[in-house]
Amino acid sequence: MDILIYGVINSANLALMALGFTLVYGVSRLPNFAHGALYVLAGYICWLLLNRLGLPYVLAGALALALVAGVGGAMYQFILVRIRGMAISEIIASYAIGLAILEGLRWGGLKGGTFTLPSFLEGSVDIAGVSVDFQRILVVALGAVLVGLLYFFVNHTRLGLALKGMAQDERAALTLGIDSDRMAVVSMALGSLSAAIAALILLPLGSIVVEAGYHVLIMAVAVCIVGGLGSWTGALLAAFVIGFAQILTTAYLGAHFQVVVALLAIILTLILRPSGLFGKQKELEERV
Amino acid sequence: MAKAHESRRKERLDRGVKVRSDGVYAIASWREMAFLLGPRLLLIVGLLVMPLLLWPVPYWQKVLTIICIYSLLAIGFDFLAHYVGLVSLGGALFIGVGAYIAALLNTEMGLPLWATIPLATVLGGGVCTVLLWPCLPLRGVYFAIVSLMFPLLAARLIEAFDIFGGTDGIMGLDGFPNSWSEMYVLIICLLLALFALRRLVNEDVGLVFRGVKDNDQAVKASGINITTYKALGVFIASSLGCLGGACLAHIYMWAGISQFALDFSIIPIAATVVGGGGTLAGPVIGCLILVPISELLRDFGTLRIAVYALILMAFIVFKSEGLMSYGARKYNQFEHWVEI
Repeated sequence: MDILIYGVINSANLALMALGFTLVYGVSRLPNFAHGALYVLAGYICWLLLNRLGLPYVLAGALALALVAGVGGAMYQFILVRIRGMAISEIIASYAIGLAILEGLRWGGLKGGTFTLPSFLEGSVDIAGVSVDFQRILVVALGAVLVGLLYFFVNHTRLGLALKGMAQDERAALTLGIDSDRMAVVSMALGSLSAAIAALILLPLGSIVVEAGYHVLIMAVAVCIVGGLGSWTGALLAAFVIGFAQILTTAYLGAHFQVVVALLAIILTLILRPSGLFGKQKELEERV
Repeated sequence: MAKAHESRRKERLDRGVKVRSDGVYAIASWREMAFLLGPRLLLIVGLLVMPLLLWPVPYWQKVLTIICIYSLLAIGFDFLAHYVGLVSLGGALFIGVGAYIAALLNTEMGLPLWATIPLATVLGGGVCTVLLWPCLPLRGVYFAIVSLMFPLLAARLIEAFDIFGGTDGIMGLDGFPNSWSEMYVLIICLLLALFALRRLVNEDVGLVFRGVKDNDQAVKASGINITTYKALGVFIASSLGCLGGACLAHIYMWAGISQFALDFSIIPIAATVVGGGGTLAGPVIGCLILVPISELLRDFGTLRIAVYALILMAFIVFKSEGLMSYGARKYNQFEHWVEI
């Protein structure tokens, strides 16, 4: 039973981490290697606002979300847009930005002592004999809400439909008057926003460390590859596959092996089904 | 430039060196031979003389060996990125694999130094190629992603399972007989690798490599197996990295987790971008600039990685041709303004 419950929680974790990455890649074809850095940055900004400026938690959280979304958007608008479509440069530049943020934080901010965000709700509850604290339940609930909101946003608002249009066929979208650069900025801001939301929900469970940035990036990428790059349903499904695989290996083989799961999942996927679980339409163009 | 003077443009003309048109004449003129050989000799002689010049300051001699190791890695990265089209974000994997193989061969099997380094180069290249094989049949960002994961995970695996000496690493390797041999072995390896690669990319194989990068469908249509060529490219690049790693392990007489560190992944990339991608000599120049900066910034800890990342970003966005291409253009061409 606890495997089931913790499996669901872990999967929700992974889905939250991966959502932003797959959003950006799906719309603008930009592999955002700064994703993990934005995640840590959100946690750090929130911690600063909370502890240095003494703002209430809700306000600090909201400000951190807004700031990180702004940083993400600005990153695209001022830097990445100049190298749009040059795959090598995009990867290197976004990775460089991510590294600059992470290692800058390691040097200037996150050192000496542990940095923790308080959890939203204290206490725990018994579900079928397994004690689960409220924060973890909140992760699952908010994860579900976020996915629902995103689904609604993409399928039922003008902006969302524009993003979807651009993801499907950029030229056709351009002829319909959708500004692809602006949409890419929007998608990047949204992707950063969801990285920040993930950070604020997940970080109270542990402490804010720089390594989390790399971990989140690797996990997000693993989920996206297994699910098929750019496919949202695929990413969700893959989050559950990898999430349960991790919990199962921890339960039966030992916690050490958890590190290997993501890598094995990626390698198996690349060998057996390179376009991922749900990446059908891109199969031809990616497999040579 | 263009905005300020809209009525004129810069005209560029190749300098009239006879060898470009008909080979015989270059040999006839000392000036033209000097013109052609100058830059090459500057690099070769410069590198060979450098250890002697740095003789009074042993610390900077050590830095020179580190520069050579990074340069090996960087020309490997440049070759892979700009001739085969695979961006490797995890150069540390090559260094780490080379270092550990050399260390194991030396301490466990008792092989001497002159055997472990070549063996580690070849075996390491093989190991890295096999590890990266699954993402080779695919195009796009897969290679970058998987190569980014390997060094991060390798360090954690060694830590978690406590294999190969765990967090302590493997100690007690044989060192080089003296510091001169360690410098000259590396410098000569670097020069050989550099000029061999420059030759390679202009051979038929190099043409196929570039074809794989620019239009893989066309290469495939010619009945050439793309994956094999990509694997060959990865093998060449990772062998160079493993050579550097093996030398590094023998220089420090130690192989450990820190050889999977981020520096080894990011400095070669930064050096390539700063020096000029696709020139092969550019990355060496980039390393000659960046590694000393890194040494000067050593007191600031991880800030130096942030500094590189920013330099890297600035160059790739605003000056993507790099120093080498810029220099080559100034050297080979006349430039003057033409009224339109």
